[in-house]
Amino acid sequence: MIASPVLILGARSDIGKALARGYAAQGCEVILAARNDIAADATDLALRTGVQARAVLFDVTDGEPDRFFEGLGAIPGTVVMVAGLLGDQAESAAVDAAAQQVMDSNYNGPARYLLAAARRMAGVPGGCIIGISSVAGERGRASNFVYGSAKAGFTAFLSGLRNAHARAGLHVMTVKPGFVRTQMTAGLKLPPAVTAEPGQVADAIIRAHRARRDVIYTLGRWRPIMAIIRAIPESVFKKLSL
Amino acid sequence: MMPHVEPLSGWGRYPVRDCAVWQPVTAEALHATLPPLGRSIARGNGRSYGDASLNPEATIDMRRLDRLIAFDDASGELVCEAGVLLSDIIDAFVPRGWFVPVTPGTRMVTIGGMIASDVHGKNHHGTGSFCEHLLWLDLDLGDGRVLRCSHQENADLFAASCGGMGLTGMIVRAAFRLMPIESAWMRQQTVRARDLGEAMAVFERSHAWTYSVAWIDCLARGRDLGRSAILLADHAPADALDATRRAEPLARPPRQPRAVPVDLPGFALSSFNVRAFNQLYYAMQRPGEALVALDPYFYPLDALTDWNRIYGRRGFVQYQCVLPLAESERGLRRLLEAIATAGSGSFLAVLKRMGPASFGLLSFPMPGYTLALDFPATPANLALLDRLDAIVADHGGRIYLTKDARLSAPMLALGYPGLARFRELRAQHGLDRRFSSLLSQRLEL
Repeated sequence: MIASPVLILGARSDIGKALARGYAAQGCEVILAARNDIAADATDLALRTGVQARAVLFDVTDGEPDRFFEGLGAIPGTVVMVAGLLGDQAESAAVDAAAQQVMDSNYNGPARYLLAAARRMAGVPGGCIIGISSVAGERGRASNFVYGSAKAGFTAFLSGLRNAHARAGLHVMTVKPGFVRTQMTAGLKLPPAVTAEPGQVADAIIRAHRARRDVIYTLGRWRPIMAIIRAIPESVFKKLSL
Repeated sequence: MMPHVEPLSGWGRYPVRDCAVWQPVTAEALHATLPPLGRSIARGNGRSYGDASLNPEATIDMRRLDRLIAFDDASGELVCEAGVLLSDIIDAFVPRGWFVPVTPGTRMVTIGGMIASDVHGKNHHGTGSFCEHLLWLDLDLGDGRVLRCSHQENADLFAASCGGMGLTGMIVRAAFRLMPIESAWMRQQTVRARDLGEAMAVFERSHAWTYSVAWIDCLARGRDLGRSAILLADHAPADALDATRRAEPLARPPRQPRAVPVDLPGFALSSFNVRAFNQLYYAMQRPGEALVALDPYFYPLDALTDWNRIYGRRGFVQYQCVLPLAESERGLRRLLEAIATAGSGSFLAVLKRMGPASFGLLSFPMPGYTLALDFPATPANLALLDRLDAIVADHGGRIYLTKDARLSAPMLALGYPGLARFRELRAQHGLDRRFSSLLSQRLEL
């Protein structure tokens, strides 16, 4: 069972948009939260599927999660945190403000918003919180460790949140999509065999949500790949360029 | 907004070029992107076959402008952004009893692409091309102007944009009417024709059928020349269905798409294999009546994603021409003889009777017969196509730009009397300085 309404935090991203369409196609009421006004996207969903859909403004780094949820006018049955920022590792290494932006967008903001959600969702039948984390959080690599470490923190946060609320019936799911062809990765050379389309990621998430899975890789191939990457001894790993 | 560079091609995978690609998320973002660019071209879902959607300097990926804007349940009028996929419209509206008035042979096209190509379907003889059902479109001219274009407003730009290959500006949104259907099923009748004359006779007496198309064995020669299977169809009314289907007449059986996993090697398409395939296919088209689900009827190849890979890495070219009615039989005979002699058969050779021409200045259809084929992009085949061009020109026909990757500018001008006016309008509005594609550069559009 999927509890409505489904609140999508970061609904303008490609994965957020695909999720909104996926949940709406299942007949769920959807609330789209994004930094810009995306009322047109809500209208689109309603026309496509006949479900209720509305748009609200949301900035993951604004530090006002309680005010956001109070203004929502309803307690969501499902919350999906899609917001995040890949950033540029070289820029993060060189400029403090850039590093802070990546950390705030991938750990501080998402964690605080989901804490605020969890405070309100105790007792919601079938309630579920879903966090989109990343395979980049499984091991710090020179090429993206500011982003990766924030995602590592977010993964640990989701694990703890799940543990804290499991007995009360609020489910928490961690999603590690791997490469996805989105605006965030436009122009990057991605290996096709381990790269998913946003629609595939959304389908995998909704399937896993129904099955109340704890942690998923949206493409199963990532599981053995990450197992190997985690198993490389640090003394060797530090000399690799991955 | 920053572009990224990626190798792009049309559906035929010939030619392939590195293009700088912008991906605007809204019409407003697109509007802000255009003015500082030099010449650019819109690209939808990349289903035109050749180089129409390629511009190495600036290609605009329109697929994120994909919102439905309004729908009127009483009239069937739909307003949407240009990047909406036809497949999304079909998925959303067939269950509610609506279908598009005109559909091409794939549902994986954008509405903007359907307009820019003024696509036709198997119902062209009675219903005309897609743009005949268009109420209006909004055109971003790239110089700060966004114009509503219709038969009433900016009618000259409307006529140039319908079938205008994206060269009159960026189509950002459009309105058209959907058509009511009672069921998601088609009543199909298959008729065999032993030769070209018989096939044409079947078409000429079948105007009452909503849809008609013939698959033609283009390797058949001599007295078998033009041997074909003609598929005639109508939307099935609900009361023509059996009790089970009548309970849910608009339900569609699920289709699981399969993918072609790898590029097939070149020899897979040897003339022996193609000949065998064509004979087998002909034998499989059993004459008689059948009830067919809507999706496999209209979109048989969409069940096989990436079917273009059967032609291997070198890619393929589609060739589609139309000949005026009075010249059709003689011209088709010459075309089919030239193809059969070359022995370069095509898996998919399609023949169809077309109805009246559209108002679009560069629209493809004209009353007569259209023949569509595809060939691996080999030097021998490209030389054959030049010979086919000459035959088409001899008989006063024209070539479909949406499928083209290799026509020459002089050949184009012979077939399109609206071309001079099209060029004039492009110059008058400064569009020739803002929009171009590899196709427009090659054909001097």
